Amino acid sequence: MADDQAAGRTILVVGGGISGLTAAVEAAEVGYTVLLVEKEPQLGGRVSQHFQYFPKLCSPSCGLEINYQRIKNNPRIRVLTLAEVEAIIGQEGDFTVRIRQHPRFVTEKCTACGECGKACTALVSNPFNFGMDQVKAIRNSHAMAYPNWYFMDADYAASAEARSLPCPVGAIDPDMTATVLEEKVGSIVWATGWQPYDAEKIHPYGFGRHANVSTNMRFERLANSYGPTAGRLLRPSDGKEVKKIAFIQCAGSRDHNHLPFCSRVCCLASMKQATYVREQYPDAQITIYYIDLRAMDRYEGFQKKVETDPGITWIKSKPARIDEDPVSKDPIVIGENTLTGIRYADSYDLVVLATGMEPTSATTARVPGNNAAYDEYGFVVKGGQVLSSGCAAAPLDVAGAVQASTAVALKAIQAAAKRG
Amino acid sequence: MEAKKIGCYICTGCGIAEALNVAALEKIASKEQKLPVARTHGFLCGAEGLQMIRDDIANEGVNALLIAACSHRVKTDEFERFGTPLLDRVDLRDKALWVQDISAGKEAKEDLQMMAADYLRMGSVKLKKMNAPDPFQDEGFSRDVLVVGGGIAGLTAAKEVAATGYRAIVVEKSPALGGMVARMHKVSPTLPPYRVLEENPIQGLIAAVQGESRIKVYTNATIQSTKGAPGLFDVEIKNGDTVSTERVGSIILTTGYNLYDASKLDARLGYGVSPDVVTSLEFEEMAKAGQLVRKSDGKPAKRVLFSLCAGQRDANHLEYCSGACCTYSLKQALYVLEQQQDGAAFMLFQEMRTPGQMEEFYRRVQEEGGVIIKGDVEQVGKGASGGLSVQITDKLLRGKETLEVDLLVLATGMISTVDTQDPNKPSPVGQVAEETAKSVLNLEYRQGRSMPELKWGFPDSHFICFPYETRRTGIYAAGPARRPMGIAETVTDATGAALKAIQVVEAVAKGAAVHPRSGDLSYPSFRREGCTQCKRCTEECPFGAINEDDKGNPLFNPTRCRRCGTCMGACPQKIISFANYSVDMIGSMIKEVEVPPADDEKPRILIFACVNDAIPALDMVGQKRGALSPYVRIIPLRCMGSMNLVWIADAMSSGFDGIMLMGCRHGDDYQCHNVRGSALAEIRLSKVSETLNRLQLESSRVKMVEINIMDADQLPTIINEFAEQIGSMDLNPYKEF
Repeated sequence: MADDQAAGRTILVVGGGISGLTAAVEAAEVGYTVLLVEKEPQLGGRVSQHFQYFPKLCSPSCGLEINYQRIKNNPRIRVLTLAEVEAIIGQEGDFTVRIRQHPRFVTEKCTACGECGKACTALVSNPFNFGMDQVKAIRNSHAMAYPNWYFMDADYAASAEARSLPCPVGAIDPDMTATVLEEKVGSIVWATGWQPYDAEKIHPYGFGRHANVSTNMRFERLANSYGPTAGRLLRPSDGKEVKKIAFIQCAGSRDHNHLPFCSRVCCLASMKQATYVREQYPDAQITIYYIDLRAMDRYEGFQKKVETDPGITWIKSKPARIDEDPVSKDPIVIGENTLTGIRYADSYDLVVLATGMEPTSATTARVPGNNAAYDEYGFVVKGGQVLSSGCAAAPLDVAGAVQASTAVALKAIQAAAKRG
Repeated sequence: MEAKKIGCYICTGCGIAEALNVAALEKIASKEQKLPVARTHGFLCGAEGLQMIRDDIANEGVNALLIAACSHRVKTDEFERFGTPLLDRVDLRDKALWVQDISAGKEAKEDLQMMAADYLRMGSVKLKKMNAPDPFQDEGFSRDVLVVGGGIAGLTAAKEVAATGYRAIVVEKSPALGGMVARMHKVSPTLPPYRVLEENPIQGLIAAVQGESRIKVYTNATIQSTKGAPGLFDVEIKNGDTVSTERVGSIILTTGYNLYDASKLDARLGYGVSPDVVTSLEFEEMAKAGQLVRKSDGKPAKRVLFSLCAGQRDANHLEYCSGACCTYSLKQALYVLEQQQDGAAFMLFQEMRTPGQMEEFYRRVQEEGGVIIKGDVEQVGKGASGGLSVQITDKLLRGKETLEVDLLVLATGMISTVDTQDPNKPSPVGQVAEETAKSVLNLEYRQGRSMPELKWGFPDSHFICFPYETRRTGIYAAGPARRPMGIAETVTDATGAALKAIQVVEAVAKGAAVHPRSGDLSYPSFRREGCTQCKRCTEECPFGAINEDDKGNPLFNPTRCRRCGTCMGACPQKIISFANYSVDMIGSMIKEVEVPPADDEKPRILIFACVNDAIPALDMVGQKRGALSPYVRIIPLRCMGSMNLVWIADAMSSGFDGIMLMGCRHGDDYQCHNVRGSALAEIRLSKVSETLNRLQLESSRVKMVEINIMDADQLPTIINEFAEQIGSMDLNPYKEF
């Protein structure tokens, strides 16, 4: 049966982060044809923005790289970047999907030699680093980017300079326009992942108003040697070294005013980020404010390891608000310790808000048409025409996303085999 | 097989022509290396350049390609889809041109030319020594999947295997299917709004499995022995006095968990003090039977105290969290609140762990009046009116109090039922590991009957990126046998494991490898007459792929092999090789490097770099235009585990002055895709001083470093400091010979 099916229907995977990559690679390695669609210019999704993974404190690029190798080696996987699914018609076993391919303004001839980037004078806010620095308007999104193929921002493509950029192979095409493709697929996996919850919405914490209140995802970029500070943990207001730092858990999570659910990873992420601080600042004081420390199953070992750091203070408390010292710009965390009942107002160099995961399927990546079932948070759940996996289905850590996406690959294979 | 005809194609674009004497390179290819076809093109990855190559394949009979252009990071679709199995890419751009600053002058330019020439020579000889792998085939390959354990994980796996069109065989040791879940009442919510208990799915699943013609079920059965390899497993299934043998392609371990023995818990928890102290499973069975009563006197159990973390997260008992017990206990609290008139549920927790959407379920239980207390049980005694009097510490109200309850439920943790062995203590040479009476699979593997352990008795091998992997190819664990998890996650896990089990039988049918070298068609062959029965290969294989015959000769199981080459690296006799990767191939590449005479005072440093992390990191150095010593020559290795010490001797006797090994991080948090490769390389290297002493060379000439893929910024310093250190030593005296 397997051989007959191998020639059968294509599986569409929407989203090229760790979940979509996994679903695509696992299905293709059984012998099925996969179309992988990613809206960004390059694959990797959220995990590619992380510095390290817990519990091993290793680089996400290592795991991404081997998945990219598997894609390179597997002719059954076709990758479309800068592409979004606009319409889904039909049912399991017989879908027609319409995909909009946004212009990249650089053709496949690109050899990533970098000559255009050298000549480009236009600097734009860097979305990969959450706007904390600037990048060239023609670039790769980051060093390990795959496909290793430059792209140009649309605004820049309209400029005169874009037309005069040097390219030894003639790959630059500022006149490129969007195209629309129609594809027949047998099943659809929605793996559009998550976005960091907008910290500005958590008004009492002052993100956006207080210079030295940051977020966990920004902190990942600060720690990364390819990030805006080349890996140095410095506070935004004055570039000062961080000697006293607080992490605030459940910033907007487990909260009916924001994200009612628990994002699962934030406790472990903050513990991991505490190790980043310790690595750079052996004397730094670290405080973690938490409701419950959620280091599920074997991650308990990681919590135990981090707990051996005597420089970390653990306070069971959901801080009420954060003020800012007008002169020093030090954030002041105010609240009550739940275990002791003692009120505190503690000043820090930097506060990191452990914001949670908001499913992009709730906002920017809705499933077109009436093809999906959602829960009240916007996660895509069972009951619709499309399958979902990873953080489009539930807040998960990387291992959980890979686990779920491997499972969904099998469901996608089964669904693709249905004849419409 | 048709004769090999190598075509060499040198790209002159991306600044190559400006920086290098391309004609000289072409001459090396055609005259020195005598490659039958050697051409250059200004834009090799463009349509015209690619057509030139295609034309040569069609018209000139070229069937092996040497593409001298850029890194494998770019242009794979263009350069690696010609359909020729023999291909090598010489990276003139990213790893030579981009890491050399030729603006420094004539000498720098000459150094770059020498580097490019050496890489071309190395690529040529590599291709000459490379043969197309002939995929391993066997007429006896089976695509059936064995599922060991008939609980919810096993039944799900079998159902999913069958639903994909494959046959499954389920072996369950008890008389009935259903496992732990069959003893349960209801299950926690899996669907929105995540507030309502769901009906137990197990009976429906059992019926589905029993009604599926593609699933064969053995009950009252255990596995007496597992022989063979993926595609070719022969499994003896013992059912009473009957032993049946089944040939299967892959195996899923779904034997589930045992609960931690409550009688071993701290005395303060009171297990055994009264029959009214029960485990969560006992409570579940009471709920299922509709008998929520005090065991002591049969009176209704209206007030129930749940103690979470009964032994979990405790160095004296289970060091880990069981993951699912908080949610499981909330479910049980709801039984009390929903089923009992005037029911009261108290929950004592350490950290309430209800991740994801289960937070809403936690909220529901609070809304229903569940009393949730952060605290501990201090002492359990008999209650005044029967039942229990439990002294607790409330950590939030900061005091002790006494609760009169009918039952105390201890949420004990899960222990995998899969037998595991410490992977860092390989079994004694020449012996099969000590027989484990209760082994689930009884693997007839030279490295032992049990599964290698990752941590805390669980048999997986990667925490993060590849959670289904184990160190026994074609054998996957799912559900709480793999790691502690609840029912909903177990169903997902079993489905994923079913995919992996199907994937491996399909790979085996093609003669291809699975993770991490998925699709690789090569496999080790061995020259038996050269074997000294030293057993290093059989001991060191990280995946237990090699058995031994009575005389100690290795018996290779190609379908167990992950193609890392650790056996090849281990072999002192150099008799293990792959069609496209061998000791001779790498040794010949080393010897092909043109080492300048000592008078030139240009040392040569050889770098062996792992293709998984070190090579991408080196690519990054190129992309960032980092400057590397012009004296280095890099050879990519499949895995540091494949590093054979003879190459150290080869390099030294060829006149190299220093050697650096770039492997992945090893130890507890190892990053080696092949688990042990870099660790083994380091162990081997510790023995290298012997070799060097024999050659009367300093052992500091050889160095191993652990490289992370993100180390591109540090790499120039790491490499250049080593180059300086080597430069400050006397040159290798063997250059003269």
